Amino acid sequence: MAHPHRSETPQRYEKEETQLKDRLAFIDRYPNAARVTRLSLGVSFTALTIGAVLGIVQALHRTNVFRGLISSGDYYSVLTGHGVLLALFFTIFFLTGIFTWGTSRSLGRELPSPRFSLAWFLLMLSGAVMTSVAIFGGLVGQIPFSADVLYTFYAPLQAHPLFYAGLAAWLVGTWLAGADWIRTYYHWRQDNPDERIPLQMFMIMTTMLMWYIATLGVAVEVLVFLLPLSLGLIESVDPLLTRTLFWFFGHPVVYFWLMPAYFAWYTILPKLSGGRLFSDPLARVVFILFLLLSTPVGFHHQYADPGVPEGFKFIAMTNTMFLLLPSFLTAFTVVASMEYGARQRGGSGYLGWLKALPWGNPAFAGCALAGMMFAAGGFSGIINAGMNINSLIHNTLWVPGHFHLTVGTASALTMMAISYWLYPQITGKRLQFYGVAQIQPYVWFIGMGLMSNAMHRAGLAGVPRRTAEPQYTQFDFAPVLGSMSEMRLQIAIGGTLLTLGALMFVFVMAGTWMAERGRGRLRVDSHLPEPISGATDSPRVLDNVKLWFVIAVVLVAIAYGFPIYSMVADGVFNPASAPFPV
Amino acid sequence: MHVHRFERLWLVGALTLIVLFIGTVTYGAVGAGYGMVDDTGGEVDPTNTTESENFRSPGVYNGSESDHYDVYIEAKQFLFVPGTSDPVRVPANSTVTFHVTSTDVMHGFEVVGTNINTMAVPGQVATVTVEFDEPDEYGLVCNEYCGNGHHDMEGSLEVVPPAQFNESGVN
Ligand code: HEM
Ligand SMILES: [Cu+2]
Ligand SMILES: [Cu+2]
Repeated sequence: MAHPHRSETPQRYEKEETQLKDRLAFIDRYPNAARVTRLSLGVSFTALTIGAVLGIVQALHRTNVFRGLISSGDYYSVLTGHGVLLALFFTIFFLTGIFTWGTSRSLGRELPSPRFSLAWFLLMLSGAVMTSVAIFGGLVGQIPFSADVLYTFYAPLQAHPLFYAGLAAWLVGTWLAGADWIRTYYHWRQDNPDERIPLQMFMIMTTMLMWYIATLGVAVEVLVFLLPLSLGLIESVDPLLTRTLFWFFGHPVVYFWLMPAYFAWYTILPKLSGGRLFSDPLARVVFILFLLLSTPVGFHHQYADPGVPEGFKFIAMTNTMFLLLPSFLTAFTVVASMEYGARQRGGSGYLGWLKALPWGNPAFAGCALAGMMFAAGGFSGIINAGMNINSLIHNTLWVPGHFHLTVGTASALTMMAISYWLYPQITGKRLQFYGVAQIQPYVWFIGMGLMSNAMHRAGLAGVPRRTAEPQYTQFDFAPVLGSMSEMRLQIAIGGTLLTLGALMFVFVMAGTWMAERGRGRLRVDSHLPEPISGATDSPRVLDNVKLWFVIAVVLVAIAYGFPIYSMVADGVFNPASAPFPV
Repeated sequence: MHVHRFERLWLVGALTLIVLFIGTVTYGAVGAGYGMVDDTGGEVDPTNTTESENFRSPGVYNGSESDHYDVYIEAKQFLFVPGTSDPVRVPANSTVTFHVTSTDVMHGFEVVGTNINTMAVPGQVATVTVEFDEPDEYGLVCNEYCGNGHHDMEGSLEVVPPAQFNESGVN
């Protein structure tokens, strides 16, 4: 922390933002977009708070450290809540927030209709509330609802209809949100017929196109099968088919979690480091690759499934490995942009420039630490992706160990960090409790280091995920690395630190929310400098989003057409399984 | 479009690495003969598993060759049959094919500490073939959430010396 947030000194702020327009906070320029962003982030942080509290309950329960709060039977209501609230609601309400901001900021105009924006937000919110009520009804005996189906809701487990209806409403809300951003783009295009698509808008569009393709799977699963099943309109489903439809959506949703983080790493982090983005065209290439490759890989979650021919697993494996490419490219660009920023700030040496980075600025520190953990998560992901080595760790605690590094840190910590920078701009309020914000990313980093490494090792010893009990009666686990008790302790301590970290973040946000406007400078520099190599000299075809969309659809048809056809050829409901309400 | 020299190097390096990963996995599948769980087990009616030819009543059977055995296991809330009340017993120095299905919801079938790990999906039969060289004892665990007794779903697998196996016989 040798150079505390030097890039944010008032002189620099004044120097860069000379125009009056730039000096105004985002909220003053685009009040509607700012309001929708604020509302989305508010729901996102509420989901984070609840999810994090459930997280510590799980971590302490399944490690046998503290089991007084819930019974092992209730564990699965808690786990369903944790998965749905964090993986779907925290992350995706954040996404709708930051994409609303990004659309207005990068196009330099408001969303066209405040009523339409509010409508999709309220639809998403009511869906999220319905689903949550169904889940938490399971913890209250008197309420006749329950939905202990976990966030993957594999049939023939069956939740209360409210659970599926809520998910459907929420999903339609996300579709309308995407339509809102894209139509704002079309308005802009009419006024700017020859300009390149601004980078942030480009990222938002490619991400949403991927989402439209991906959510088709889950929409069919929920609307055609699970909701009718839970209402008693149909009697049975084919569990392999519904599971395949789920994973058609379930892998690309991973990129829906990551894209807001990549969006921040490409367009905001370079500036937070004191420099600028290395290359705009390469950022576009990366997002195109995600659009093309995110969906035809879902079978890598079904390596261990009977009924899926090995050839399709192999195709999914190959695509998955190629999907590493955009992430490798991102690693390069992010590190290169940070180094450039550090050298601009006077850093020097082979690795010595690292010291010149603003480690005391919570927005920067959170993003950088999240990026580091993402690299570690990438390595464990390569093991998951190897279709034969996968059987060592499939459905063990290794898997949550892996995705708490990716969605649980790369996405989650980046989202928290960027909020330190963004929230003042959309509220016009100075960030409160700055000292708490400064140490929060480090608390998260340490907590996750403890919890995740122990989960990975416990998984290697065969400890299953999604299990309320720490041990079994007919056998003992034989860990290769470390001892069971030490791993449990690390999971418990790590989980406690993580929940603490989440609550520290929420504390800062709530404090800022309740603070008065106009007290002190905003302390954020909202200006985003142009990339070193800009879009103008790159091929125009990069911006041909329609073309990329068509290619993506064709790739999905190749990867999924035949397997889905062979599953439905013997009848859509065959082999038939009757529902099991939980 | 200008691409920095380092970035080009990095791109080539990343692509090489990716091709290497795919190569090792392919080698594992083709060269070393690691067989994936796939569709060869066929389909069954979850409420009547023995009706079709793809499944037999749960238990251990002599296989097509000597030293080969077939084990048929039903996973159901919250038991493996056989496995939970009685251990699955197979002889050492043998090749064993597990045929696993579920009669209700999704389950997992994991032989703890090994790479025998498959989903048990209602309507589908998973087949996994392994060689057991030494006598040993293993735990079985359900590693897919299957309801509020999921954490009780366990069992054991005993690989016994061939002599002992003959005594207990084949069901
Ligand atoms: C706040 C601190 C957190 C703690 C203490 C925590 C703890 C845990 C634990 C112990 C599990 C494993 C449960 C099991 O398999 O039995 C788990 C699962 C999970 N966590 Fe977290 N976690 C935290 C934050 C997060 C975040 C930020 C995300 C995502 C944004 C997340 C997403 C998930 C998901 C998707 C699962 C899997 C649920 C399932 O298997 O159905 N967690 N968490
Ligand atoms: Cu995936
Ligand atoms: Cu189970």
